[in-house]
Amino acid sequence: MSVGGRPRGTATGVQVSQQSSVEWTENRATAGRRALDLAELWAYRELVLFLALRDLKVRYRQAVFGVAWAIFQPLAGLAVAIVVFHNLADIPSDRLPYPVFAFLGFTVWSYFSSSLDGATASLVGNASLVTKIYFPRMVAPIAAVLPRLVDTAIAFLLLGGLMAWYGVTPGPALLLLPVWFAALVLLAFGAGLVLATLNVTYRDVANAIGLLTQLWLFASPVVYPSSLVPGRWRLLYAVNPMVGILDGFRWSVLGAPRPPAVDAVSALTLLVLLIGGVRYFQRCERRFADVI
Amino acid sequence: MGRNAIEVEHLSKRYVLGQHHGGGSLREAAGNAAARLTRRRPTGGPEEVWSLKDVSLQVPEGGALGVIGRNGAGKSTLLKILTRITEPTSGVTRTRGRVGALLEVGTGFHPELTGSENVYLNGAVLGMSRQETARRFDEIVDFSGVERFMDTPVKRYSSGMYLRLAFAVAAHLEADVMLVDEVLAVGDAEFQRKCLGKMADVERSGRTVLFVSHNLDAIARLCPTTLWLDQGRVQALGDTKEVLDAYITAGLLPDSRRTFADRPGETVALSSVALLDARGQPSGLLRRDEPFTIEVRFVVREHVPGLDLSVVVQTLPGLRVLDEAWSDSAPPHRGEPGEYVATLRVPPVLAVGEYTLGLWIGSAYETLVWEADAGFFRLDGSTMERPDRLVHLSLSWAVQAC
Repeated sequence: MSVGGRPRGTATGVQVSQQSSVEWTENRATAGRRALDLAELWAYRELVLFLALRDLKVRYRQAVFGVAWAIFQPLAGLAVAIVVFHNLADIPSDRLPYPVFAFLGFTVWSYFSSSLDGATASLVGNASLVTKIYFPRMVAPIAAVLPRLVDTAIAFLLLGGLMAWYGVTPGPALLLLPVWFAALVLLAFGAGLVLATLNVTYRDVANAIGLLTQLWLFASPVVYPSSLVPGRWRLLYAVNPMVGILDGFRWSVLGAPRPPAVDAVSALTLLVLLIGGVRYFQRCERRFADVI
Repeated sequence: MGRNAIEVEHLSKRYVLGQHHGGGSLREAAGNAAARLTRRRPTGGPEEVWSLKDVSLQVPEGGALGVIGRNGAGKSTLLKILTRITEPTSGVTRTRGRVGALLEVGTGFHPELTGSENVYLNGAVLGMSRQETARRFDEIVDFSGVERFMDTPVKRYSSGMYLRLAFAVAAHLEADVMLVDEVLAVGDAEFQRKCLGKMADVERSGRTVLFVSHNLDAIARLCPTTLWLDQGRVQALGDTKEVLDAYITAGLLPDSRRTFADRPGETVALSSVALLDARGQPSGLLRRDEPFTIEVRFVVREHVPGLDLSVVVQTLPGLRVLDEAWSDSAPPHRGEPGEYVATLRVPPVLAVGEYTLGLWIGSAYETLVWEADAGFFRLDGSTMERPDRLVHLSLSWAVQAC
């Protein structure tokens, strides 16, 4: 058996770490702003993947309809939209067949709202991990916005079928599709960071989020085109990042008109939300285990 | 040898009680903000508790440090800071290499996932790659002895199986520093022996171990050096035998009744544990030759089918003398919500000496309350009595000349 050391020795950490091959890991009170440790997040990529897969498995394991749920949500939204907004209110759809127009909207929207839900609950839902195990806390919200991409991919296959049926073809802007997807994921992540952090301290967030996404849905061009919004309100309208994202998706996938220049405001809000979200999360993350 | 694997310098941790503890609400926050605006303090005011105060220590690579102290002494907080789960209020900790922790049975296990999926999850949490975990997988399964259930979701595991797998995972994953918190308190004797053996192996293999336990016997066997924490401060740090002797003799005044803080939201809350002498008077100093009574008060908040209760009496070195469960002598209880008083009369069978009292409340499926340090008492007899024995039955001899 090895010999226990004499405690209260005189060797200092500095001397010791000079001859070491393995790095010290320090834990001290954080003062001021910390840099985002991307290297550490990368080191924990397997955990991100694992949590995301766990989420998928748990969701579909005991569900009879399994993966079919991936398309039920946008389909149900589409059915309501066709009856209410198209047949009754005769909402225009940028000269596109309304089912194609609205189904894309709902597919993108279901990804966003369910990922936002998931990210918001990611810390509280993993409370047993957060209070008992160390991992970079940002792993949880990152993992939470990934699984729904699978659902979205399935819904996009169905969308392709709908487009073929209605004879809608995308233009060269299709090449920009990854940009809109990236923006969509980052939006869910950025907003999710803020709500997840708030949710740790205030459980009200879990209740408020349903209301928030409902209002947000109607403030976004999901069932109606953004061209319906009058010119003088258009700048304010574009503050909602979903406006630019949905306009971009429809341009790329359905060959709708190119998003107007004012949609650049959406990109700006997204950036502010993302940076602000990361900062806010980092400022609070070391307290999570004490408060949750 | 020579270099340190763990260094702790002037570590302090302050908790603010009653502030957003266990989830606050926006209304409270708004109320506090309003109170601040009107220059009134929020009712009560936050209460501060120093869970650790100016703790310094070093553990060399391959060393093993035992940590002892009563409940609330700051042992768990120390582990939580070493694992970086939470940050200190001041001071610093340094650890070298990967830190693996077994802080509580089955932490990091997801109930919906199978045993093998959970093994990989734990590996990922430790920052290990899939291949690294895969290499250790067979050993883990082998040690745990639950190979038949590796494809069963762990929510269907018994608490014993849970514990076996959790320990196997923690012991086999390739951590350089291993932190272990009171895992030997549960589980059967055979598994406890297996765990102790494994921990000795871990130590021999050059990994560093920090071992928190109420089982002084296990500490004495595994750790050459021991830290005694008391109310967040270092009471003693050094050679295990000296520290344990000091711990056993000093400071441990017998309590006649210990009350427990109410933790809202728990299914079962322990209210108090008391020791009553033969005349029904509360006392921590009892006569060896008279029966005494252990009285437990608790509140059941939600229906617990098969409610069970057990009292564990241990000698100070951690040898279990009694483990008396309610279910040993009575049919399963229906566990309706309400307040309960349970009494257990112990006949005069124990020898003179000092004993700790542990208390467990739960059901066949889960542990709801485990208080390893629920009481402390001393049995006194005449000075003529020989103390070096466990039971004293006063059996009568039949001797006659023949």
